[in-house]
Amino acid sequence: MEYESHHLSAAMQTGLGVYFFLVALMNAAFAHYCYRQRQDPVQSAIWLGVALLFAVHGVAFITHMDLVMPEAIKELVNDVMNPVSYFVIAVLGLVAFLVWRRFFTDPIVAWTILQVGLLFSGWSMTDYTFQQIITKPDNVPIVMLIFSVGFFTWLPMRQAIINDDRLARGEPPLEKLEEDKVLVWPDLVYTELICMVICTFALIVWAITLKAPLEQPASSSRIPNPSKAPWYFLGLQEMLVYFDPWMAGVVLPTFIIIGLIAIPYIDFNVKGNGYYTFVERKFAVSTFLFGFVVLWVVLIVLGTFLRGPNWNFFGPFEPWDPHKSVPLNNVNLSDYFWLYLLGDAIEGKGWLAREAPGIILILVYLLGLPPLLAKTIMRSYFIRMGFIRFFILVTLIQFMALLPIKMVLRWTINLKYIVFIPEYFFNI
Amino acid sequence: MAEPVAAGTIAEAGKAEAPAVKAAPAKPAAKPAAKSSPTRRIFIISTLFGSWFATAWTTFTASMIAMLLGTVRFLFPNVLSEPPSVVKAGSVSDYEEGKVDDKYKEFGFWVIRAKDERNRDIIYALSTVCTHLGCNPNWLEADKKFKCPCHGSGFRISGVNFEGPAPRPLERLAIRKTDDGFVLVDKSRKFQKEIGQWDDPDSYILV
Repeated sequence: MEYESHHLSAAMQTGLGVYFFLVALMNAAFAHYCYRQRQDPVQSAIWLGVALLFAVHGVAFITHMDLVMPEAIKELVNDVMNPVSYFVIAVLGLVAFLVWRRFFTDPIVAWTILQVGLLFSGWSMTDYTFQQIITKPDNVPIVMLIFSVGFFTWLPMRQAIINDDRLARGEPPLEKLEEDKVLVWPDLVYTELICMVICTFALIVWAITLKAPLEQPASSSRIPNPSKAPWYFLGLQEMLVYFDPWMAGVVLPTFIIIGLIAIPYIDFNVKGNGYYTFVERKFAVSTFLFGFVVLWVVLIVLGTFLRGPNWNFFGPFEPWDPHKSVPLNNVNLSDYFWLYLLGDAIEGKGWLAREAPGIILILVYLLGLPPLLAKTIMRSYFIRMGFIRFFILVTLIQFMALLPIKMVLRWTINLKYIVFIPEYFFNI
Repeated sequence: MAEPVAAGTIAEAGKAEAPAVKAAPAKPAAKPAAKSSPTRRIFIISTLFGSWFATAWTTFTASMIAMLLGTVRFLFPNVLSEPPSVVKAGSVSDYEEGKVDDKYKEFGFWVIRAKDERNRDIIYALSTVCTHLGCNPNWLEADKKFKCPCHGSGFRISGVNFEGPAPRPLERLAIRKTDDGFVLVDKSRKFQKEIGQWDDPDSYILV
């Protein structure tokens, strides 16, 4: 099968040319902003230069010069990308963002990251595989999701840092300065009306230009490969790769819902009410960002762009070969314990005896860890929150942590199930 | 001047009536012998339809119950267009060793001829439903494995799971050879390896 297409279609090249011109225009505007608002001629000159660079790209693509991304870069990206590196990079990225938040929320830094991203996206579109996946009508919301989640994570963090600085100086947060009240009518209702009209218009245009991705009538003999859940459930589908359906489909989603309901009862920190702050609610913001951005959005992006036929992992520029063979010989914890560690036969043991190591491990994790945390690193939380609140909080976080723990165990020691009782359809 | 008079009359009438209403249920209590008397029927009727309010609730409840029963009725359709569970899957001589026949996938099974654990040459029918979450895996001839497109579970030609999240092997279906050499697969009977059912002679045909 020949997927490689070094020759870009004329329409695609023109489209990319227009794209690069728009990005150039964005940078010119930013240069203007640097000059006028920030009074920074050096920055302004730099961004004018960047605008020029993008404009050159625009000219090159609009005149159909057949530019494509170098194979060496594609291969490098494909080689670096796998489920492990992808997830680890995402987690490290979040940690870096939280630790060096002052650096990352600087508008110049954020703008630089955005421009690098846009440059890379533009060049990536010259790759056939990448183009096919990105321009699929189902996947358009995910591209929007990447940029909007990035922006709406950046913006509150920036506001939070400004407020944290103000609070440290003993000044009230920015939001407290906006004392003037506005009227529901016309201020709010008019804004809502305009939003409604714009949303409706955008949806109609979207519905007309991007056709609904309908397929042939369902048949059990012709199943789409890969079979993907709706985009908002792809995080859940990724979870199902590591868990039994009972856990990933019923228990963990229930805990997510219960956990979200429980937040107001667990989080009794009155600080941060009505204004952005990070320092005053470090634990809450970090936990939320990890649970939502890493364990939900990042997994949706993984499921949309990087999971191909047979639910194998494919690099962003790797053709979706349905015959790609990835060995995934997974072993249960009971096998590890009895066969490899003790050299004992596993057959003939009852399920309780066989799975005792895993059951003990899970019980220690769920019942032993909360008191340990209360005694040690989360001592101040325990004292402030009291027994019941603390226990619920730790249990919820433990259930959230089950997913990354299971992922790491799968990647490192090919662990399938910690507790494996197929007799009762119970696997963890 | 007329208004207060009218109000007074109504109030008086109400007062006059009230004891009469109260006295009515008190009477049967005094005479326990008349148990199945019509007063009890009147009591039920007056509870359900005694006022407009009660009537409204009664009819509402009745219509809700009727709707519920109507919904339950949908669980028992008049016609069930289910195909018969027994499928005739060609002749025994059609099957080559080590080959997976994809022809009957839309009926929910593969017919496979392969060597089993005891090195016997057998024909068996594997259900196409993944034991993880019920997708239909594909047979990959080059890799000699079944691979599920939903979560990446993998099964050997025997149906035994070896990769991905599937917790147990694919199920085998009842299969038998007719006297004239045809293969009959009965989808209504399943055989699971983890409870030792693959040893059942109904789950395979010896070639």
